[in-house]
Amino acid sequence: MDSTIQQELVLLNVEATDKFDLLEQLACHLQKLGYVKDSYKDAVIAREKVFATGLPTVAGGVAIPHTDAEHVNEPAICFARLTKPVDFVIMGDDEETVSVDLVVMLAMKEPHAQIDLLQNLMGVFQDEDALTYLKTQNDKQNIVNFIKERVFNNSAE
Amino acid sequence: MNAKKTVLIACGTGIATSTVVSTVVQKIANENDLNVDIIQCKMMEVPGYADRADLLITTTVVDKDQYKFPVIGGRPFLTGIGKDKVIAEIVEVLKA
Repeated sequence: MDSTIQQELVLLNVEATDKFDLLEQLACHLQKLGYVKDSYKDAVIAREKVFATGLPTVAGGVAIPHTDAEHVNEPAICFARLTKPVDFVIMGDDEETVSVDLVVMLAMKEPHAQIDLLQNLMGVFQDEDALTYLKTQNDKQNIVNFIKERVFNNSAE
Repeated sequence: MNAKKTVLIACGTGIATSTVVSTVVQKIANENDLNVDIIQCKMMEVPGYADRADLLITTTVVDKDQYKFPVIGGRPFLTGIGKDKVIAEIVEVLKA
């Protein structure tokens, strides 16, 4: 089972008042496209409150909200870029926050099927040039191609 | 080779960030010729494994004093920031 990324899963110029507004928007988007169940939205918001997913990187903050596999129909990642950053609590921290303008919402199924994808994604988060590209590129198809190449690698083909 | 150490690797769901951390830690163990048994789990499952654990690596908030074994934060394996330091810490615990 391969995860999906395509133009409809790339959202640029997303406007959100705060992280919860953002999570709701992205979860609804994934739900509308059929990748996640109705229950995903509440689950991903609840989980973010307990297990925060903000990550300070070499090129600003990113976040990887996700939740339990039972709320997912089909694995996918939703890439969202914000017009104005919102604060996420830093993963593993009680209350310290990081300003986030790039969010990759993960709809995950079983762990080991997506191990390459997750590792590649973290590789991108550790690569300043890659992050800068994702934060500045304005052509959706270019972003889709970049993610396919760098995150999905050959595993999706 | 050292005596086998049990390493718990936990995150909120037990499927996302702990997967990444587990892979890296297994690689570190191999490179340093360290004998480890990695158990990947949800944070809420950690107490069930506490009796046999020698180390907990987690990406979540944790009360480190709650456990009898060392607890190390795994976020550097996701962001790359501070990675060398946690690798050194992990190797030290596993070599002991």
